[in-house]
Amino acid sequence: MNIIVCIKQVPATTEIKIDPATNTLVREGTESIVNPFDVYALEEAIRIKEEFGGKVTAITMGPPHAAEALKEAIAVGADDVILLSDRAFAGADTLATSHTLSKGIEKLGDFDLIICGKQTMDGDTAQVGPEIAEKLGVPIVTYVSQIKKIEDGHIQLQRMVEDGYEVVETEKPLVITVVKEINEPRVPSLRGMMRAKKAEIPVWTAKDINAEEEKIGLLGSPTQVVTIFVPEVSRKGERFEGEADKIVEQLIGKLKEDKVLN
Amino acid sequence: MSIKIDLSKCTGCKLCKKACMYNAIDIVEKKAYVNDKCTLCAACVSVCKYEAIFIKKENKPILNLSEYKGVWVFAEQRRGELAGVVFELLGEGRKLAKDLKVELSVVLLGENISNLADELIYCGADRVYLVDDPILKDCLEDVYSNTLVRMIEKYKPEIVLAGATSFGRSLIPKVAAILETGLTADCTGLDIDKENRLLLQTRPAFGGNIMATIICPNRRPQMATVRPKVMKRAQRDKKRVKEIVKETVSKSMVSRVKLLDFIEDLSEKINLEEAEIIVAGGRGLGKEENFKMMEELALSLNAAIGASRAAVDAGWISYSHQIGQTGKTVCPKLYIACGISGAIQHLAGMQTSDCIVAINKDPNAPIFDVANYGVVGDLFEIVPMITAKLKQRNGG
Ligand SMILES: Cc1cc2nc3c(=O)[nH]c(=O)nc-3n(C[C@H](O)[C@H](O)[C@H](O)COP(=O)(O)OP(=O)(O)OC[C@H]3O[C@@H](n4cnc5c(N)ncnc54)[C@H](O)[C@@H]3O)c2cc1C
Ligand SMILES: Nc1ncnc2c1ncn2[C@@H]1O[C@H](COP(=O)(O)O)[C@@H](O)[C@H]1O
Repeated sequence: MNIIVCIKQVPATTEIKIDPATNTLVREGTESIVNPFDVYALEEAIRIKEEFGGKVTAITMGPPHAAEALKEAIAVGADDVILLSDRAFAGADTLATSHTLSKGIEKLGDFDLIICGKQTMDGDTAQVGPEIAEKLGVPIVTYVSQIKKIEDGHIQLQRMVEDGYEVVETEKPLVITVVKEINEPRVPSLRGMMRAKKAEIPVWTAKDINAEEEKIGLLGSPTQVVTIFVPEVSRKGERFEGEADKIVEQLIGKLKEDKVLN
Repeated sequence: MSIKIDLSKCTGCKLCKKACMYNAIDIVEKKAYVNDKCTLCAACVSVCKYEAIFIKKENKPILNLSEYKGVWVFAEQRRGELAGVVFELLGEGRKLAKDLKVELSVVLLGENISNLADELIYCGADRVYLVDDPILKDCLEDVYSNTLVRMIEKYKPEIVLAGATSFGRSLIPKVAAILETGLTADCTGLDIDKENRLLLQTRPAFGGNIMATIICPNRRPQMATVRPKVMKRAQRDKKRVKEIVKETVSKSMVSRVKLLDFIEDLSEKINLEEAEIIVAGGRGLGKEENFKMMEELALSLNAAIGASRAAVDAGWISYSHQIGQTGKTVCPKLYIACGISGAIQHLAGMQTSDCIVAINKDPNAPIFDVANYGVVGDLFEIVPMITAKLKQRNGG
């Protein structure tokens, strides 16, 4: 199995707080992590490789320091990594991101399976997985919580939907996006960490992947952010303390008053 | 094509530096400079009080935009039942259509679903495009996206809305990718810029810590998925005029993905994403058996049950109930958090709820910062008492 995992480096959200005085975001330090869902994606790829043999390649599009995320991928067992990095990629929305990633994936050659996380925690869109699938012309199965069977080109998957699980079957090659339930990620081994430390991270630019300028980065992004603002938290923040039956009475009274309960 | 800073206007106030999530702004001798880490996210542009930062972008329309007219809603149904969010989209769609002075149409795809068309008209649609075909029996991205794209290309709507459900969020990106147009995920606010006939799409990012308003100026249609439970349903009116347009599927179409089985989640009596009220339990519950208490509270409120990751990881309840960054995002009218500390990853999944009640014995728990009503006390005492009071009320 030739497996490609799409991972993204994201700022650790815990670092993001709102400064009440200026109403802006405060970032303490600059810690970046691998997007949590992508860690499950990577783990699943490695498990499949361990069972069926093959190769795991982690790919990311991002600024030069996104190489750190790829090192983490090597540490847990990715065989190969590739960083797509170019000033021209900056400002990409999901359409431009998936275009860039699919061009990079095409250059990598044939694949059986591409695994993405369900969504990122900065973009939060969950769109890149399905869009990559479309660009590459292969099926997509989202919210995968279990890979049930892989057999002569056929693959059976369980995916999460609102009211339960669907079991679906399709053929390789395909793209899947995974949820947390799929596995329990391992911690990197000492050997893996050593390998990661020494690894040279190959970088491909827009030219290397033959990406047309009008399809990547800001230029290739149909959506534009017009404003970013901090939501007003208009929580009155009333507190009830004291004897339990009194505060329960008060609470229910308030909820009725607010018409939250009728 | 980059972020430019007009140094003559820059005062070195550092607002942009604080707003930047990527640490891409350096302040040198009271002037801001953009470094390599910039991802052109534009967060700095909107915080600058001196209009010193701007983003340069030339982007020509590649379509004849005026050819595109009308607002569309995708009427998601599963096993013959319309998703609740469809009615919210109809309510919102009516407003947008009115602002643009155009019609509101619905696309209804499936097998044996023609009976749903009337209800969609009563609830706000001017027209229903209906495709009733066995190949559309199961909600599969391949065949649905193919059919939707054909119809969008034929009728050219300027706006297409769908629910940010699990199916909507995997189907619609495919459609947008085929049409090479923009798509804004999981919107919580929609509006029209009447002058430019643009859809203003507002959505939470970074787990709801910031909001972004997004436009798609040069491509059509403008597409958005919309978070369930945020928009208001339209008024139902049985006297509305019906127009139902039947369409067919492409004959050569096959789905590469097949649905073999559906396993209902029996632990989930009420779907979390669609629930009006959610009661959620965390590590404070102490052990699995104590979720019984949550079930009883849920029953008395007709609520769905949520949980923090700590409770899920402890194995007290299944992952399908997890709320937060690595779980589900919900937006109910009432969210009651019991024994949940309110870690930022949990807040990311529930802080847009209309009303939040927190029950926690630690007066300093961060959950109180987002709660409308904070109850400081022992949940083992308080929760059963609430249940009892509500039961009394329901009974009498
Ligand atoms: C990458 C990443 C992703 C994550 N994703 C998620 C996610 O999706 N969802 C999520 O929830 N978490 C997530 N987490 C975990 C999150 O950081 C917290 O660890 C978790 O939410 C804590 O759950 P808790 O509030 O139930 O437990 P705790 O933090 O242990 O809080 C328990 C609370 O119960 C109170 N309590 C105890 N006993 C009683 C009593 N008798 N009466 C009243 N109150 C009582 C305590 O005062 C305490 O505040 C994530 C973490 C990481 C690193
Ligand atoms: N810049 C990127 N580089 C590599 N993979 C990405 C990138 N952006 C998104 N992805 C993948 O797509 C998934 C969904 O991302 P998003 O659509 O941003 O929520 C992520 O979990 C990743 O697997």
